[in-house]
Amino acid sequence: MRQGMNPDLYREEWQWQEGDVTVTRSCQWSGPGCHQGCNVLFYTKDNKLVKIEGDPRSPVNDGRLCMRCLAMVEAVNHPDRILHPLRRVGERGENKWEEITMDEAYAIIAEKAREVTEEYGPKSIVTGIGTGRNATWQTSSLAFAGFRTPNDTAGMLSGDCCYTPRLQAMNAIFGSDFIADCAQLSAERFDDPEYRRPDVILNWACNPVVSNADGFFGHWIIDCMQHGSKLFVVDPRVTWMAAHADIFLQLRPGTDAAVALGICNIMIQEKLYDQDFCDKWVYGMEALAERAALYTPEVVEKISWVPAAKIVEAARYLGQAGTVALQWGLPLDETKWAVGASLAVAAVEVLTGSIDVPGGFVNVKYGHVQSDIRENICKGMGKQVREGRLGDGKYALRTVGFGPHSMGDDILLAMETGEPYPIKMGFLCSTNTFINMAGESKRVYEAWQKVPFVVVCDLFMTPTAVGCADIVLPIAMGCERWGIRAWFTPLRAINKILQAGDARGDEQIMLELGQILNPDMFFWDDVLEMNEFLMKNLSSMPFDMTWDELQEKTLVYPKFQYRKYETGDMRFDHQPGFNTTTGRIELYCTMYDSAGIDPLPHFKEPTCSPISHPEEAEEFPFVLTTGRRSWEFFHSEHRQLKSMREFHPWPLCEINDQDAAELGIKDGDWVYLENQFGKCKQKAMVTPGQLKGTIMAEHGWWFPERSGKLADGLFGAFDSNINCLTVQNDMATSGYGSSYKTQMCKVYKVTDGTEPKGDMPENVGRDQYEIVNR
Amino acid sequence: MNGLLIDYNFCTGCHSCEMACKVEHGFAQGEWGIKLTQQGPDQLADGSWEYNYIPTPTDRCDLCADRVKEGRLPTCVHHCQGLCMYYGPVEDLARQMTSSHMVLFTPCEQ
Ligand code: SF4
Ligand code: SF4
Ligand code: SF4
Repeated sequence: MRQGMNPDLYREEWQWQEGDVTVTRSCQWSGPGCHQGCNVLFYTKDNKLVKIEGDPRSPVNDGRLCMRCLAMVEAVNHPDRILHPLRRVGERGENKWEEITMDEAYAIIAEKAREVTEEYGPKSIVTGIGTGRNATWQTSSLAFAGFRTPNDTAGMLSGDCCYTPRLQAMNAIFGSDFIADCAQLSAERFDDPEYRRPDVILNWACNPVVSNADGFFGHWIIDCMQHGSKLFVVDPRVTWMAAHADIFLQLRPGTDAAVALGICNIMIQEKLYDQDFCDKWVYGMEALAERAALYTPEVVEKISWVPAAKIVEAARYLGQAGTVALQWGLPLDETKWAVGASLAVAAVEVLTGSIDVPGGFVNVKYGHVQSDIRENICKGMGKQVREGRLGDGKYALRTVGFGPHSMGDDILLAMETGEPYPIKMGFLCSTNTFINMAGESKRVYEAWQKVPFVVVCDLFMTPTAVGCADIVLPIAMGCERWGIRAWFTPLRAINKILQAGDARGDEQIMLELGQILNPDMFFWDDVLEMNEFLMKNLSSMPFDMTWDELQEKTLVYPKFQYRKYETGDMRFDHQPGFNTTTGRIELYCTMYDSAGIDPLPHFKEPTCSPISHPEEAEEFPFVLTTGRRSWEFFHSEHRQLKSMREFHPWPLCEINDQDAAELGIKDGDWVYLENQFGKCKQKAMVTPGQLKGTIMAEHGWWFPERSGKLADGLFGAFDSNINCLTVQNDMATSGYGSSYKTQMCKVYKVTDGTEPKGDMPENVGRDQYEIVNR
Repeated sequence: MNGLLIDYNFCTGCHSCEMACKVEHGFAQGEWGIKLTQQGPDQLADGSWEYNYIPTPTDRCDLCADRVKEGRLPTCVHHCQGLCMYYGPVEDLARQMTSSHMVLFTPCEQ
């Protein structure tokens, strides 16, 4: 319990009464989406959510909440929510619907699936899910066990460029997953006698206080700072974290690998690395030294624009830093050579020796509950379902290995060409695909037009729903569904308190449809029974506990163990060492060597950059990067909330003040961003904090306050959508990573009068769609 | 007298104080009980960057009188993500001012 909080008002039970208000402890894990799932108190009265507060009894967030969770009452009670299944009336893009029942909707979907399966085979059905939805296991389970197709995609995300490339890299060199230890692994947090805070947090390509990505609450870093941790930040922008760092390296987007190799080089040359640890536990030091030697400070400066002296200073700082915790981010994944860059950054961390020690970079073996669930549902399916998955055989790491997703880029090609087989049906759960996760927005939109039957499940009417859907299913908010939440630790109960119309959680939809499509595999009567089963079959959580017990406790922590490579708790055979072929951390990856991938950390110039394409750079002189999060929005969500739009009315692109002055652009001007692939308009945010020569443009923008009709622009789907300037299918040999964050562009003022007027958009929260049969 | 102490060494500019206050009091668009000020990013002569956020309570701030009466903390303090806001008697808060970058507000009489 957080100090200063009143235990009578913030109680231990999972549910209690305060007068006529019911208070329920729960975990808010989508919808709306978020990667984190903080513990909250839902206050309900007369079947209505009236208040939300952070749960001060939870060590996860200590009662704190982001502004998005504070907006839950507004979101849950929003008048534009989809509460009943809708069937399209008229053409796609007319945004006219008739309400039908869930049973009717399921029957239509099952019938279409049967038709497609009979005529083309089940693999012609594609499913997709957005990020952050209870960590994305529902549609892949439905795909494998329900539709019997292996083609599930994370919203057409190119090269699965969200965490997966880093997971792949970690899997190769450590044989398991590692995360920064910011005292989140024990309920005692900083008071745990075994714990010591990091001396330095190596915050690489990540602004966690805003993003809270990968199951990591960003302000855990602030907690560590309050306990004395220092920061080391690598970012093209001067973020708040960067300004508060001892060392800040402001690099050109996409050059992380070169900077990391440059640091490795100095650390090795000057013997600033943890020699005891590396001698004992690292394989490939000589090979790494040889590779890193190519990246002298001068070479790195030329590539990354970080001054050579800074690289040396940074390496010396890290070499004497003590315990270093690596907290890294998506920008590594969203470069073409993502795996090589992830290997390079991981190598820096390994050289500090802070591996699996308190306050370091620690191995978390448990909490992959979403994989447990998927396994439980899919394990009975034969090999033939997995065979012929789109993208298999084409990329070095995709035919074998883990990862539920089919390659989004190859699904796209199949949609467009019908090869190797046509795509005839889509089932998209909580993904606003061409607004958010897919690059090359218009191309992806067009490709969906070739798919004759598409289901979209979402909270609100989106451009994806209006533009592509034939059936829309209503999705529940976090307080309207049962669920089990874990991504690492702790295990948390998600409690259903309310029912809104026909809205249901992704897993309930999966279960109910699965019962129709393949009842043998979906044998639970309801989600609660499924949860009960799962609690008894948690292979990645060391608990023997019923669902009721979990609900009673709200959250439970397994005992965390450090230095597992010494005890044998890290390897499959229980021998000391790491779970790799050599038993050591393989900075030279034997597995990549046999897969035909560069086995060492590697840097390669992005496909589109002023260095790889100097002639194009004359027309498109800026390095364009995108995807940084905003406090107000989870990706493409939250745009229909008045509160969030007051804080953040328009899409912003950050541009360096000198660059802006040279172009006559002032802060707040609407500008076009344009490149070889397309253009969009956003508002310029002029700041000295953006690295000169680079632009950071926001992603996920559409305008629910505008008309959703295709003829009127589909909620402004392509007006400010930065994915008009990114591409699909620009992939490295591994098959992981994309080039979303490394494009080129020019920028110029909007003078055609098409820019939105005013400081605040009008009509936020207006009717988003028309129902004809009400 | 009670006040709000802000240790803005750890204020990340997350807006939770502003939003929590708005939700609690039902403030309309354009109405604020507390508002963030941003300083920077501004590069200093030694190459380092100044970049701070400081929340300032407005005259609409009643120090969450209703909540406090119930035995709760002001909602901004409760939800502050940086855990850098403190509520209490000003004498106690003043004693907690042991570093630079702290500010004590007394927004209203109680
Ligand atoms: S990180 Fe923020 S938005 Fe996500 S669950 Fe926690 S409080 Fe809510
Ligand atoms: S104390 Fe209450 S009224 Fe004052 S700023 Fe904080 S939340 Fe608003
Ligand atoms: S809630 Fe706390 S950390 Fe966030 S802006 Fe307000 S004072 Fe700063």
